[in-house]
Amino acid sequence: MNSSRAGKESRRGFLRTYVFSTNHKVVGIQYFFLSLFAVVVGMTLSWIMRIHLAWGAGGISGFQNLFGLNAPGGVLTPEYYLSLLTLHGTIMIFFVLTTAPQNAFGSYFLPLQIGAEETAFPVLNMLSFWTTLIALGVLLSTLFVSDGPPISGWTAYPPLSAVGRDAGPGLAAGQNLWIISLGIFCIGAMMSALNFIVTFIDMRCQGMSLMRVPLTCWAWFITAILILLSFAVLLAAAILLLLDRNAGTSFFVPANLLVSGKIDPHAGGSPLLWQHLFWFFGHPEVYIAILPGFGIVSHLITCFSRKPILGYRVILGCMLAIGFLSFVVWGHHMFVSGMSPFSGFLFSIPTIIISLPSTIVTLLWLGTLWGGRLHFSTAMMFCLGFISTFITGGLSGVLLAHPAIDSYLHATYFVVGHFHMVMGVSAIFGIFAATYFWFPKMFGRLMSERLGAIHFGLTFVGVYCIFLPMHVLGMEGSPRRYAMLTDDFLQSTVGMHRFITIAALATGAVQLVFLFNLFWSMFKGKRAGANPWNATSLEWSIDSPAPFMSFHGELPVVCCGPYEYGDGTEERDFVMQSNSVGSGDQ
Amino acid sequence: MGKFFSAIVAVIALASAGLFLSRHWMPSPTARHAPILDSQLHWTLVDAGVIFLIAQFVLAAFVWKFRALPDRKTRSFPVGVRIAIIIAVVFIGIELFSAATLGRRAWASMYDGSASNSLQVEAMGQQFAYYFRYAGADGKFGPVHTDKINASIGNYFGLDRANDDASKDDVVSAELVLPENRPIDLFLTAQDVIHSFYVRELRVQQDMVPGMRIPVHFTPTKAGRYEVVCTQLCGLGHYRMRAYVRIVPETEFENWMRAHSR
Ligand code: HEM
Ligand SMILES: [Cu+2]
Ligand SMILES: [Cu+2]
Repeated sequence: MNSSRAGKESRRGFLRTYVFSTNHKVVGIQYFFLSLFAVVVGMTLSWIMRIHLAWGAGGISGFQNLFGLNAPGGVLTPEYYLSLLTLHGTIMIFFVLTTAPQNAFGSYFLPLQIGAEETAFPVLNMLSFWTTLIALGVLLSTLFVSDGPPISGWTAYPPLSAVGRDAGPGLAAGQNLWIISLGIFCIGAMMSALNFIVTFIDMRCQGMSLMRVPLTCWAWFITAILILLSFAVLLAAAILLLLDRNAGTSFFVPANLLVSGKIDPHAGGSPLLWQHLFWFFGHPEVYIAILPGFGIVSHLITCFSRKPILGYRVILGCMLAIGFLSFVVWGHHMFVSGMSPFSGFLFSIPTIIISLPSTIVTLLWLGTLWGGRLHFSTAMMFCLGFISTFITGGLSGVLLAHPAIDSYLHATYFVVGHFHMVMGVSAIFGIFAATYFWFPKMFGRLMSERLGAIHFGLTFVGVYCIFLPMHVLGMEGSPRRYAMLTDDFLQSTVGMHRFITIAALATGAVQLVFLFNLFWSMFKGKRAGANPWNATSLEWSIDSPAPFMSFHGELPVVCCGPYEYGDGTEERDFVMQSNSVGSGDQ
Repeated sequence: MGKFFSAIVAVIALASAGLFLSRHWMPSPTARHAPILDSQLHWTLVDAGVIFLIAQFVLAAFVWKFRALPDRKTRSFPVGVRIAIIIAVVFIGIELFSAATLGRRAWASMYDGSASNSLQVEAMGQQFAYYFRYAGADGKFGPVHTDKINASIGNYFGLDRANDDASKDDVVSAELVLPENRPIDLFLTAQDVIHSFYVRELRVQQDMVPGMRIPVHFTPTKAGRYEVVCTQLCGLGHYRMRAYVRIVPETEFENWMRAHSR
């Protein structure tokens, strides 16, 4: 019966089964490799920027050969630097931090963990991946247009991003393509979010009541709601910006601009309108990047502490509160934008309040570790690293939440240090933890724990060496997004910048260990059993790698909550959510 | 691996605290509101720093202590979730309290409105330079005519001195010269894209937005020459967009003004 459905699936041929596949596991893996490709590109761009900042002033032999006219005499032109910066930010925020934790692991494991054979809308799932891939292609195509990628940063503030070539290189075709890429990305993200929401609500198997759903699934569900609501606004804003540029409207551009000696034809728009729309998306976006990490860390540390999570309902409530509050704090990105200072004060209050649920969750994680029997697998190490870096990044956020303090630190390296600590490190650590944890289920083999330990240890030290000094650069008053360190003051910071660059290159090199481990283990790793971590959730009740038809049509019946650890014997100190499914486990 | 992690976390926590304490990183303040801002920053940093150290050490200690030993049974956290909520509420309560007191005062001190004897100056940003103008004896800024802006003859603001009375005595300069100890009302605007006005020593950072005229108020307290830099991405020359603010004694300012008036 069910095997005939599986048979039909495989008779569809290679292309429909593994390429244009509607299978949520294939889509998840496709998203995983898309993010992996994107993060490699994004990191390479950051190395070029870092090398240039540290040693670029005198010219770097090799840069001229690599970048030709973009690096005359081996010195990157400022516009090329800003192009790299824009691409780096856009790729990392959208194509890594939005896709990997949510779409890659969510597509793969949300249905498995709630005991569903598929997502609610498999075709939508497939389309969302291909839409996202097209968006990435359009973004990278800006490297090949004559004028290069845009130079307006990932925030693309108009009028710079709206008035075209007169304002600078890359702002003609490159900027148009950037906006189009973002628009396409929004559509893909919303399709998948819709799918996640419906899947979560409708497809839970028998016995999977809401309070038995693993926190990972709750996190993906809440994140999906944030995506649906915030990307809709970004899409609208992107369309308006595209119209301003190409159809003569003036949503964001005021009258009487004189750009490169030419009077700009626009009249009547407001540059701050874009900032409001952008950050109405942008702040939820930072939680879109981190909330799946909350789910992953909660889920994994219970497994590797061998005891139930402390405060399941409280963590859930905190994630819901964060999701809600993330929509009312966007103005903290605009304290010095020219917005009324009263609004600034008003926005600082919910910004401080949003750190309440984050603090509670962090403390509950610590409480979960207390009294546990900790197993230091690589996945666990990355969770512990997540907690440490999230504490650091969260506390620097508390400083920035005060408008007066922010008015000194805004747009300095302090902010760069802050958001890299949370997004560039915590969120990425969540992705690493998830990769080491679920790799056996996805590929049927275990990753090398020894290489994993090396990867974690060096990365953990490395990221602190990179991002902590940035905070003191900001305290000194170093502005961000500078292509070169020219004046006396900035010259005095070159030493610190060199230290950061060396740390960044070393930490980057360590990621080769990860890449090697990933691909080597895929083919040569130790074969994994159904449940190598003695975990409880449903995905561990089926074979590794997960078969094409996860449950062979026989949906599991759930008998208990997701974190039943610690009772019973040494060998079997946990209760699986379902003991009934035939395959796997036994 | 657990002990190793704990040790690294402890070292990192101490090294981070050491880095912040190793020097006074901020340039010394030269505006009347700056000490209030500095003290808020200082206390928040102390507060965040203490919490940072405690939290990292607790993490390190738990990881050190609770590794899986064969004879160990798991134990649940004795006071449950209540203690976590209480700690968080207290911590955030302190932050809210400091925001509502010290923070509000620091923020308000930057917007306390113009004083009767304040000097009115306008600053305009353009790719990639700043220009400043003073209203002159009549206390009025002449209207801007965008079509008359012409850098080659020094008409950066597009003044029509022949026809606009208010423009006749406006003083235009590429350097910002300000008298010591007198309140300044600085009106920020921009000609093409968004720029920003950041003087570290004055503790002033404010975007300059085309189509808007944004006031900032401060009272310089120490003579000297400080850098004005742009912190808002404004195009390829963003990194080299800067000007200087020169703060001088009142009499020297009067002389400078006289020499530059027409
Ligand atoms: C713990 C609570 C947090 C607080 C109180 C906080 C506060 C802030 C504030 C006030 C700013 C604006 C600084 C400025 O532009 O001058 C900011 C910037 C930023 N934050 Fe956070 N933050 C927190 C957590 C996070 C998290 C969890 C993430 C991401 C996962 C994040 C990512 C960012 C990013 C990307 C920016 C910079 C955006 C830009 O200007 O390009 N923050 N944060
Ligand atoms: Cu934000
Ligand atoms: Cu600039």
